[in-house]
Amino acid sequence: MEIELRGITKRFGAVTANSDVNLTIRPGEILGLLGENGAGKSTLMNVLSGLYRPDAGEILIDGKPVNFRDAKDAIHAGIGMVHQHFMLVPVFTVAENVVLGVEPTGRFDHLDLAAARRQVSDISGQHGLSVDPNAIIEEMPVGLQQRVEIIKVLFRSAEVIIFDEPTAVLTPQEVTEFFVIIRSLRDAGKALVFITHKLGEVLEVADRISVLRGGKVVGEGDPKTATDADLAEMMVGRSVRFAVNKRAVNTGAALLEVRDMKVLNERDEITVDGVSFEVRAGEVVGIAGVQGNGQTELVEAITGLRPALTGAVSFLGHDVTGASSRTRHRLGMAHVPEDRQKSGMVTDFTVAENAVLDSYYEKRFSSGVTMRWPAVNAEAAKIVDDFDVRTASIFSLGDHLSGGNQQKLVVGRELSRDIKLMVASQPTRGVDVGSIEYIHDRLIAARDSGVGVLIVSTELDEIMSLADRILVMFRGRIVASFTSETANVKDIGLAMAGVAA
Amino acid sequence: MSFNEEGPPTTSEMLQRVVVARGQVEDVVIVPVLAVALALVLGGITMLLTGVDVPRIGAAFSALFSGSFGSISALSETLTAATPVTLTALGIALGFRAGLFNIGAEGQMMLGGMAAVAVGFSFPGLPIFIHLPLALLVGALVGAAWAAIAGWLKAATGAHEVITTIMLNLIATQLTGYLLRNPPIQKPGRHDPISQSVLDSAMLPKLLTWLDPNLRLNAGYIIVLLMVALVYWLLFRTTLGFEFRASGLNPFAARYAGMRSGLIIVVVMAISGALAGLAGGVQVLGVLGRASPGFTGGGGFNGIAVALLGRSHPVGVLLAGILFGALEAGGRQMQVSAGVRIDLIAIIQSLIIAFVAAPLLMRAAFPWAFQKKAAVTR
Amino acid sequence: MTMTATAPDRSASLDTIKRRSTLINGWVLIGLAVFVAAVLGLGSVGDATFRLALPGDVIALPNLVVPAAPYIYIVAALLAFFGGRQFVRGAARRSSLFLGLGLFLAVTTFLVWATAGKDFSLTGMLEATVVRAVPIALGGLVGVLSERVAVVNIGIEGMLLSGAFTGAIVGSLLGGWIGLVAAVAVGGIMGFILGALVITYRVDQIIAGVAINLFALGLTSYVTSQVLTVHHEFNEAPIFDGIDIPLLSSIPIVGRVFFQQNIFVYGAAIIIAIGTYYLFHTRWGLRARAVGEHPEAADTLGLNVYRIRYINVTIGGMVAGFAGAWFTLGSVGRFDINMTNGRGFIGLAAMIFGRWHPVGALMAALVFGFADALQQKLAILQTPIPSEFLAMAPYIATLVLVAGLIGRARAPAADGKPYVKD
Repeated sequence: MEIELRGITKRFGAVTANSDVNLTIRPGEILGLLGENGAGKSTLMNVLSGLYRPDAGEILIDGKPVNFRDAKDAIHAGIGMVHQHFMLVPVFTVAENVVLGVEPTGRFDHLDLAAARRQVSDISGQHGLSVDPNAIIEEMPVGLQQRVEIIKVLFRSAEVIIFDEPTAVLTPQEVTEFFVIIRSLRDAGKALVFITHKLGEVLEVADRISVLRGGKVVGEGDPKTATDADLAEMMVGRSVRFAVNKRAVNTGAALLEVRDMKVLNERDEITVDGVSFEVRAGEVVGIAGVQGNGQTELVEAITGLRPALTGAVSFLGHDVTGASSRTRHRLGMAHVPEDRQKSGMVTDFTVAENAVLDSYYEKRFSSGVTMRWPAVNAEAAKIVDDFDVRTASIFSLGDHLSGGNQQKLVVGRELSRDIKLMVASQPTRGVDVGSIEYIHDRLIAARDSGVGVLIVSTELDEIMSLADRILVMFRGRIVASFTSETANVKDIGLAMAGVAA
Repeated sequence: MSFNEEGPPTTSEMLQRVVVARGQVEDVVIVPVLAVALALVLGGITMLLTGVDVPRIGAAFSALFSGSFGSISALSETLTAATPVTLTALGIALGFRAGLFNIGAEGQMMLGGMAAVAVGFSFPGLPIFIHLPLALLVGALVGAAWAAIAGWLKAATGAHEVITTIMLNLIATQLTGYLLRNPPIQKPGRHDPISQSVLDSAMLPKLLTWLDPNLRLNAGYIIVLLMVALVYWLLFRTTLGFEFRASGLNPFAARYAGMRSGLIIVVVMAISGALAGLAGGVQVLGVLGRASPGFTGGGGFNGIAVALLGRSHPVGVLLAGILFGALEAGGRQMQVSAGVRIDLIAIIQSLIIAFVAAPLLMRAAFPWAFQKKAAVTR
Repeated sequence: MTMTATAPDRSASLDTIKRRSTLINGWVLIGLAVFVAAVLGLGSVGDATFRLALPGDVIALPNLVVPAAPYIYIVAALLAFFGGRQFVRGAARRSSLFLGLGLFLAVTTFLVWATAGKDFSLTGMLEATVVRAVPIALGGLVGVLSERVAVVNIGIEGMLLSGAFTGAIVGSLLGGWIGLVAAVAVGGIMGFILGALVITYRVDQIIAGVAINLFALGLTSYVTSQVLTVHHEFNEAPIFDGIDIPLLSSIPIVGRVFFQQNIFVYGAAIIIAIGTYYLFHTRWGLRARAVGEHPEAADTLGLNVYRIRYINVTIGGMVAGFAGAWFTLGSVGRFDINMTNGRGFIGLAAMIFGRWHPVGALMAALVFGFADALQQKLAILQTPIPSEFLAMAPYIATLVLVAGLIGRARAPAADGKPYVKD
């Protein structure tokens, strides 16, 4: 069964996730779909599996156009998707999850779990996906859970199987086992799509490669002849502009020292695996890497949002490893969180209230019992003025500001305090170009005035134009470090993709 | 977001402007107004379906109006009825603002009222300016303590405050029943559940007896006004109120900004319970003079409706409380003049709750009244 | 995802919770032992006589005579033993079992103490227990059906009241059976309304439940006082007679308690059995549970989350209608204002107690029914403990359970959240 996607376009409001994408998927072949986060890969596959309706373009199966009204239609057509975030009911068994929606039944609608278990065993035996049909999902390791997802799609006679970032959550051994499985599925005649941002893996298993960037297909590759470097540049490549005018680095004492930090994520897995580095006064340190390699958890541990498993954080000579975020604030650490709407601001608060969200308790804003609103309002007006936050009034709700202005407000709030270190996570995500430049300029200005700046970003451009030193994180470790002089897109891109330089 | 020709607004100009968006007006004003209107209409239909003929329905509505606003006596009744429910609603609104659902106001009101009664009939010989505030204070403290149990359970164990406060309500009902059937609370010589009568030195003075000795409006409403001002000050002028509101709107950002969520939960529940306990105290010390089963008159549950109708804002709650008081006072008149049972009011009140909480439903039913798309839901 | 304050090492923390609850169980048992011995044992004089036979029994059992003080002391010793056992290593496995057993024995000592020197119809009490458990167990089932698809149903009380009212009125006019059908239908309508409010119009689930309760109370009270006080003939419904099941009803004690009841008891048992079968042995139940635990997963597999929720909540309403009819058609035959008097909330408690399982709710309902029947009998026995405190017991127990002090009760994962499709 051959699938062709022709001219697929999908928009979400003002954002175009897919733009005129053409793609062909053939049986007995593994197609590697490569791209950074946000390149539009998942959206495209959600269109194919019926979860989204395309705004333009069509899907053809064996040359005939089809129209999927919902996921059920796509499933009937033989398309199965193994999602990045598993769609498994945690308290059900393997068998129950696999047959959900297409359950074998006996008399009186009796749910025939015995038959379900047998069928699961059959499929798992057939494809080398050994798993215990009676095991409960939430007690199983992630690698096994993924097998259940695969069995799910095979149970529904999928001929096309789409894997969305399948190795993101697997250990190296599980990855090897996964490759064996995917190859055997290919040899059994299935058409497979392997979505990922990991170059090394796609080169190892794919038969053909398509690269997506910014919602468009920007290149095709033959894994036998393409090199890592070519693919990396296609994935990441934008013209790098060293547009920000930086004075020479004039660093002072070490402000932040991170030693041997290990951090667990929500699933009790080690996401930060022994990271050590320091940030000095007057320098910008950038942490580059693809989303999901531990940067989020690292920043949370540094700023006090998440406890570290082992390791130490010291700030201005004080050990703050177990300190609350307010203590770190008071010492002079500022943080622009990566999800401003979740942890950076209260969207239903006014601009003024947001302007003092993490400093409201200070003497100038609060008498202990009452708030000193005039002082708060004056400060808010000053921040709005200083940082070019476009709003009709400081009494407008935070929700009414555009993303860029919200970010400028948060950045302005932090930079307006008397700080020693600024930790900025994805400081320009979802921000318009004008605001991006403004924020960048202010961050450099802070650095020039002696503040230490730690930037974590998945945008390589940003890191390269701002950072004096660049550290690359991959799988929870710092795998490479560059200075302004030694930094170049190719090497950094390779490091980000896990290919050792 | 428009700018004058000179460029972005200056700092001083920034301080001046308050922009009220159309979307906010719709949710704050239009939805409640439509909800009340629709509820009244459905009330009329209910009357029709139970064999009340149209002229009598007309008489009922006119009695509803005259009994609530038609005379000084009616206004006095309206405000008297509004008193307890506005107080509980203030507490519930405060809870909503902090992201907590205090269904337990009924039980807190009950126990607060019982405590106030107990203090009220004890201590003969105390002057009124000590006895009365003491009784009210004790009522508020008992309400606060009862609510704090649920608050502590949530903060320490994560137990959802809806279930715990419902259970506490039911326990409070049993406890009240027991207290009213036994000494020392039960009136000596009586076999029915009724408390001793409150001494004069603990009764809230009536305010309008110089006009007409039958007018029941008592100083309780002054307490209401004071509490409205207090809650407003608390929510919008204090540091604590800032923390409450932040926790209610975005608990994650609040915790990140260093606010201690556990403490906030307990404090909010306690204050909310104090207001409900105060409501119970005001009811027994201002109107009833004693306690008996059901003396709360559903004030705890109606408080939920008033809080919703008032958009959880102290001033809104004040106005919504007057509306509910009007329904009660008018309802009594309706029962007397038009012979329509006052339980109809309960139907109207429950419909108001449902409609106010369903802006999507109001928009679907009355599309012509709305322009903007729905604002972000609470 | 919420941030926890401490590093989550999940396996370790589960063990700590278990250890802690085992120790708590231990202290509870020892405390009970002391209380039983000191308060109950010392205060008992004489023998407790339990009448096991009731007039009309085919096989008349002799009375069970229990010497009060000795029995109480023996049980106290047992409780102390159970309690001590909790502190030994390896106790965690059967910890809850011993706690349950200990609580049961403590209750028997209480009965013995209360009956010391008097006599007491045990069988009669057990019979009353089953009867009183009916609305609670069914109310619990309503809660289970609804919460299993992640819809919190605070409105059970209102639905019960609606069923009771409809049963009374329609029963008066058209006979008991049609009254019953009408009650079920009205209950279903109320369930559907809850569904519409919550699923389609995204009203907060708690508020919708509260509104339904108030509405039902208001409407039934209004019609009762406006119409029924004048037209008595609308409020004189027939009561369903008891049906003796041949042969089984002759068994001593058990026969009387279980096989000489009316159709509401039998109906409740059948409905609960069907409900259990539905939830755990049919594909519809599997889908419903999936919707409650992980609606997104269900959605990606092509299940209609909205429709499944509607169906389950409506069926729950129908069950509530049947349960409500018990108050009138199965009990007193006429409707009184607010006659359900909180039973819907006890049903909620039974649901939590029963860990969101129909049979668990039934067990919990029997316990609550026992407490309910007991407090009535105690008043007759003139015991020093006020009946109100006994009536509080189920609520306090639910509080303790919800706080996780004895074991953790986990609701379906998506409980309380509306499902919004992107």
